[in-house]
Amino acid sequence: MATDSHALTPQDHSPVAGLAHDERGGISNVVLGMLLFITSEVMFFAGLFAAYFNVRANAPQWPPINAETGEAFHLEILPLVGPATVLLILSSFTCQFAVWAIRRGDRTAFLRNIGVTFAIGVTFLIMQGIDYTILYSEGVTLGSGTFGTTYFTLTGFHGAHVFGGAIMLGVVLYRGLAGQFSARHHDAVEAVSLYWHFVDVVWILLFSLLYLLPGKSPAGV
Amino acid sequence: MATTALHPAARTYRSTLYEWVTTTDHKKIGVMYLINSFIFFFIGGLLALGVRSELAQPGLQFVTDQVYNELFTMHATFMIFLFIIPILAGFGNFIVPLHIGAPDVAFPRINALSLWLLPMAGLLLLLSFFTGQAPAAGWTSYSPLAQDRPLGSVGPGQDLWIVAVVLVGTSSILGAVNFLVTIFKMRAPGMTLFRMPIMVWTVLVTSVLGLLATPVLTSALIMLFIDRNFGGAFFDPRNGGDAILYQNVFWFYSHPAVYIMVLPAMGIISEVLPVFSRKPLFGYKAFVFATAAIGALGFSVWAHHMFTTGAVYLPFFSLMTFLIAVPTGVKMFNWIFTMWRGQLVLSTPLLFALGFLSMFLIGGINGAFSAAVPVDFALHDTYWVVAHLHYVLFGGSVFGVMAGLYYWFPKMTGRMLSEGLGKIQFVLMFIGFNLTFFPMHQLGLAGMPRRIADYSSTAGWNDLNLLATIGGFTIAASMIPLLWNIFVSLRSGKPAGDDPWEGNTLEWATTSPPPPYNFDHLPEIRSERPLFDQRHGHAAPAATAVVPQSASTSH
Repeated sequence: MATDSHALTPQDHSPVAGLAHDERGGISNVVLGMLLFITSEVMFFAGLFAAYFNVRANAPQWPPINAETGEAFHLEILPLVGPATVLLILSSFTCQFAVWAIRRGDRTAFLRNIGVTFAIGVTFLIMQGIDYTILYSEGVTLGSGTFGTTYFTLTGFHGAHVFGGAIMLGVVLYRGLAGQFSARHHDAVEAVSLYWHFVDVVWILLFSLLYLLPGKSPAGV
Repeated sequence: MATTALHPAARTYRSTLYEWVTTTDHKKIGVMYLINSFIFFFIGGLLALGVRSELAQPGLQFVTDQVYNELFTMHATFMIFLFIIPILAGFGNFIVPLHIGAPDVAFPRINALSLWLLPMAGLLLLLSFFTGQAPAAGWTSYSPLAQDRPLGSVGPGQDLWIVAVVLVGTSSILGAVNFLVTIFKMRAPGMTLFRMPIMVWTVLVTSVLGLLATPVLTSALIMLFIDRNFGGAFFDPRNGGDAILYQNVFWFYSHPAVYIMVLPAMGIISEVLPVFSRKPLFGYKAFVFATAAIGALGFSVWAHHMFTTGAVYLPFFSLMTFLIAVPTGVKMFNWIFTMWRGQLVLSTPLLFALGFLSMFLIGGINGAFSAAVPVDFALHDTYWVVAHLHYVLFGGSVFGVMAGLYYWFPKMTGRMLSEGLGKIQFVLMFIGFNLTFFPMHQLGLAGMPRRIADYSSTAGWNDLNLLATIGGFTIAASMIPLLWNIFVSLRSGKPAGDDPWEGNTLEWATTSPPPPYNFDHLPEIRSERPLFDQRHGHAAPAATAVVPQSASTSH
């Protein structure tokens, strides 16, 4: 070969490491990083879900008896949890509408939809807080056996992730209001929307598991 | 171009310390990973000397049972979570962007976060000594041993341990995301996946393991934390929980973690062996697939730590454990045939790589014994297991770390380490290591259980324990030539030049130490040995038309 080296040009590399837009095309660093991070989050929840199935399988009946009241634990879908679930699913749609809007370059629709998504996220957290208060007043606590422990750990860590997602949405909203996103430059929006969808999917799984999956009767009853 | 450079005087308003603490340069972060890890290596080593001193003779001479439990718990915690895992991440940090021809990692600021979480975790662990009781439930912190009630670890020390390990895990996860995006997105033109140095492949597989396994450990530790502090019932059988659950979730991380702790060390010696044998790596693709196979199989063997619980399906986990020896054996052949008929240059990096090969081989063989269920029932929780894990993690990983240190120190600092002192260190360490850990096989077969502070003087274990203690102090002595070597080299070592070893990979194409942006020019990348091609590609220019393939590709 005549040449044994060539100068590094901006076409070979983005001049700034971690720059979102890769001249060679393909998925951006930020979005790939978020997808990988979400993978690790999936494994985190997998650990908690495994614990839930384990204690459920070991229990003679599910939901088990609350030692304080002498009756089986019972969770109410209405009035709070059902509407909160519907709201969170809706927020996934508004989040995606925001992504589509900024891809078109429609900043007004983007800001409106991100704002709605953020508001729903905060509302969900408030509703969860109220629900926790009601449960605690009924004697269902973190310390009340495997039922309380798994319920509050699973929903609590989901709530923590909603909280984290709401902060991310808040940052995106703030940056959007400052005009930092455009049809070309909006990787943060794409990444945060992925995270929000993940949080939503986890809740759908949790809701199905905790509220819809039939319990099991004690053997011989 | 000179107009774009800062005036030299502009540098003086920042101190060197400020520059290092705030840096996002992957090379400085890599070096700080190494320094941080070595500090905790020495702390963990001192704790190990405490363990060995107590065990030198029967009876309790120096510490109480409780303090002994703290010693071995904290020894293992520091060595695993704050030395081996981070130091290999540190080598990866320094070398991966250089190996693939990138200017930095994909997320430099997250990289800095990954680094600075580690000293914080280490400080929390050290603080636990001042809480009245340091963690004493072993590095595994099994429940109910690690529970407050009724007999377990009291006080906040165990909680500090949990928080510290979660912090280390967070650092690992963020580091894994960073490595994967860097490797998949930031490779130089021509650097296809199958031209990447083996070191990069091992970091890639390690990152996948870290990404998928570490969060499961986090969930286990969080459940333990809830049980300890908020009356949770995850692992408490009296409230419907399941103590075995903790072991399952814990080992789902901690067995893959064994590969996290050894794969990058395998990568290091796979860089060292070809360079010092003056040959390409034998069977590059086989090595890559073997690495991926170890990563995949690594997720299906965790319960071989739990054979004696009676709660796992023995034939499956035994079979998988035997299976994982196959790709490891493939690698042994790769390494041996890389050296076969090579022109071996017996420099210190090669010596440590040979140490890795021989010691890791023993660790693999004695591990295969324990994979057989009936044998494991006899050997479980004896000193045989201690021997096995140290042959893998010390004889394997630490020898690999030393090989990497001697190999890349010139690139990191621009100075050569002394060969003489390096060889003294190797001899002391090799002898000390085998004196310490080989007798433990015999002790285990003779029935000595692990994690005991005292033993009967009539059990026949006295001489071998004394021998192991002498070996332990020999290992400690081998650190003196290392520290002296580093100290002298930094002050007045021989300048290294760009490429002191006649290396094959891209890090040797830039200056030592490399500039902040890594490369002015990249050589053309047409194989996994671009620098070899650059050096020898001109050897027979007239022949290029006749044998283009053999001149330009090596796999």
